[in-house]
Amino acid sequence: MTTLTGIFSKKETIVEEKTFQPKPYSNPYLVGLGLGLVLLAAFVIMGRGLGASGAASTIVAVTVSKVAPEHAAKNNFYKEYFSDGTTSPLKDWLVFEVIGVAVGGFLSGTLAHRTKRTIEKGPNISSKMRLIYAFVGGAIMGFGAKLARGCTSGQALTGGALLSLGSWAFMFAVFAGGYLTAYFLRRQWL
Amino acid sequence: MMPYYKFDYFSFDFSLVVAFIIGIAFGFALERGGFGNARILAAQFYFYNMRVLKVMFTAIVTAMIGLFYFSWFGWLDLSLVYVSDTYLIPQILGGLILGIGFVIGGYCPGTSIVSASTGRYDGMVYLAGMFFGVFVFGEMFPLIENFYNSSHLGKVTLPKFLGLSHGMVVFLVVLMALGAFALAEWGEKVMTKKLQGDKQ
Repeated sequence: MTTLTGIFSKKETIVEEKTFQPKPYSNPYLVGLGLGLVLLAAFVIMGRGLGASGAASTIVAVTVSKVAPEHAAKNNFYKEYFSDGTTSPLKDWLVFEVIGVAVGGFLSGTLAHRTKRTIEKGPNISSKMRLIYAFVGGAIMGFGAKLARGCTSGQALTGGALLSLGSWAFMFAVFAGGYLTAYFLRRQWL
Repeated sequence: MMPYYKFDYFSFDFSLVVAFIIGIAFGFALERGGFGNARILAAQFYFYNMRVLKVMFTAIVTAMIGLFYFSWFGWLDLSLVYVSDTYLIPQILGGLILGIGFVIGGYCPGTSIVSASTGRYDGMVYLAGMFFGVFVFGEMFPLIENFYNSSHLGKVTLPKFLGLSHGMVVFLVVLMALGAFALAEWGEKVMTKKLQGDKQ
């Protein structure tokens, strides 16, 4: 009905109240094709793939060096993210890409009426516990992603398409880690 | 000749504009896939919704085939596309830790950004946790630096490692993905039935 009113909207004023039901998610294979084309675009335009956790490293390194410059200068991990001093280290490809990810996600979610202030959780867990799990899981993943030199975007997707040995080993390890833990956390999700 | 940036078609400053636009498309695709929602992502690990596997493998196969043909046609200099070095043991251990964090937190770094920007509080808290985890890693780095740099194999690709041609590996990965899709469709049917049975 909404499409019909869309076609005739030039002649008529809005006849019925529009409903804003969240639309169902798209076909996963089509989404995968789209995501693959985005990744391919990054490869052919930039000569590099996608990423996410790298931007977090840049932001953490910059923050630490602002708060404790001498401490950060002694650390080889933070040092990797400092630029030569002529430009800001935040002028970084991944930082700009990640800002785009937030914008793109918001656009897509809003167009499909899925943007909503809520907490995603299973039926058998309180909101407070879910948020504690979210923080702990995020911290564990932040640590793991740095150890692996990338996350699902930088290693699994990008390295996967480039057929990198380390990325494929990483990908299978992620699934293994997930499936080994899933049983113990089933109360959070099921 | 591709990749354009490597052949100086545009400046570094413009590359940041490209980054922003590619990021928008990336975020848009992630949200369309349902990846701004922790329940959908976690479902992957209980076999009743295999969207993560389907989207990820379709994306990998699409980009992989694109790279292969563009390089074969001579449009793309594949050696100029950045492949990160393999550090086998840290990457496997990091992957295991990441998988554990995935099930506990419900997101991975990229998807948590989409989750947060579409209003999910758990996504925002997850992001804060991730920054904390990266900070802990940074502070611990002097202690784990040796391990972090261990089992360095250099730039190793599967064709080199398996001693097969690029095209052959592409073909095998496509076969594997098709097999995984068939298993995923079957697993979803079985698990959905089982979960419905449990609730009755």
